[in-house]
Amino acid sequence: MKILTHIGNYFLMLHYTFGKFTKWKVLKQLILKDIDILIIGSLGIVSFISFFVGGVVAIQTALNLENPLLPKNLIGFATRQSIILEFAPTFISIIMAGKVGSYITSSIGTMRVTEQIDALEVMGINTYNYLIFPKIISLSLYPLIICISMFLGVFGGYIASVYGGFSSSADYIEGIQMDFIPFHITYAFIKTSFFSFILATIPAYHGYYMNGGALEVGKASTVSFVWTSVVIILLNYLITQLLLT
Amino acid sequence: MISVENITKSFDNIEILKDISTQFEKGKTNLIIGQSGSGKTVFLKCLLGLFTIDSGNIRFENKMLKQMSIKERIILRQEMGMVFQGSALFDSMSVEENIMFPMQMFTKKSDSEIRDRANIAINRVNLVDANSKFPDEISGGMKKRVAIARAIIMNPKYLFCDEPNSGLDPKTAILIDNLIQEITEEYNITTVINTHDMNSVMEIGEKIIFLKNGKKAWEGSKEDIFHTDNKSVSDFVYSSDLFKKVREVYLKK
Repeated sequence: MKILTHIGNYFLMLHYTFGKFTKWKVLKQLILKDIDILIIGSLGIVSFISFFVGGVVAIQTALNLENPLLPKNLIGFATRQSIILEFAPTFISIIMAGKVGSYITSSIGTMRVTEQIDALEVMGINTYNYLIFPKIISLSLYPLIICISMFLGVFGGYIASVYGGFSSSADYIEGIQMDFIPFHITYAFIKTSFFSFILATIPAYHGYYMNGGALEVGKASTVSFVWTSVVIILLNYLITQLLLT
Repeated sequence: MISVENITKSFDNIEILKDISTQFEKGKTNLIIGQSGSGKTVFLKCLLGLFTIDSGNIRFENKMLKQMSIKERIILRQEMGMVFQGSALFDSMSVEENIMFPMQMFTKKSDSEIRDRANIAINRVNLVDANSKFPDEISGGMKKRVAIARAIIMNPKYLFCDEPNSGLDPKTAILIDNLIQEITEEYNITTVINTHDMNSVMEIGEKIIFLKNGKKAWEGSKEDIFHTDNKSVSDFVYSSDLFKKVREVYLKK
């Protein structure tokens, strides 16, 4: 029953978020600030992880190609497929659930604990729209991060593969071009768009509806990370089933 | 004027407010006093419309809160100012931005006009050299002043304060109390203050409501409180030796 209450409250929250809109002049500032914190602020960690995981995927693939009959361009092919189909859209989203999600939950939760949300409500402001809508809009730029992640992942694989002596530059380049299906990119971005909405709204829900003090803000951030990850994984399964089978 | 008629409020089947009726008059500082857990904050939040009452009525100038449309409620909320217990200043904004915020949200005035109005409010609450500071860079007393300035910038009809001098030293607490009373008279506002500070009661209690276990146990002015034979209110107000002596001296006079 409790989970149904949460689901109901989550959808009510979405309904109120798209209700009475905050003045555009104020909303614009909030969106720009959130783009800076949520998108620009995540570029460093996403780039770092993508580059090195791309490298590791290439090395692991190379080390498992024991049969001399298997072509070396498989390293590039496997790296591209892993990065584009799963690593960049799904696993970077799980990482972002920790980084961006916990920021959203704790910032909104702290506002709840310190009565800042009550202060906004007393002023007659639609707090759902004021607090959550800018985060949804700024995270709509999230596919750009995934784009960078894809590029750096494949590039990391190239560096590890070529400079680690596992394949030649030509083999790797041939591999990443082999059997390329453009729809895979579309599929990845469709997934990412859904995940960006989840990344903005589930942590916001846990922050907005939290009760208690500082300790509960920490707990809410943890719970929010768990639920955001669970929903992303389930949604990933569902979208893959719908689009790729 | 705010009229409260037989309001009740429960949480999880536990009745927090029990059949409270009273009136808060215009141009006066109305105090709600009572022990911790007596229902003061819930009562204040019901007045603000942050909690929905289970039964009874709250009227703002004869307009029933329950029957107001969403649009009317939004207009009413723009006529309210609130000073929260912890000041509730927005961490991400400077002092000046905090004070300008309600005007930026609800008026079409230019930034320079809003800044001028904010500076009037800042001067009114005697804040010096704090415009560009952030809430975590100023003292508790200054935070309360900023909260008051933010509450009065829209020239509200109603001012609500939840324990405005909690956590402040006695001198600053009296300054804040006096500031609220001056503003109430100057702007002819209906002010409702939630407090358990007896200094406030003696200083600015033009009308006092005493809550006990969610019920209104006593109502009167700060002069009445010296003569009351209500045991609950006497035990609460004169719980310290100092106030007992103050009462004795007052009654001898």
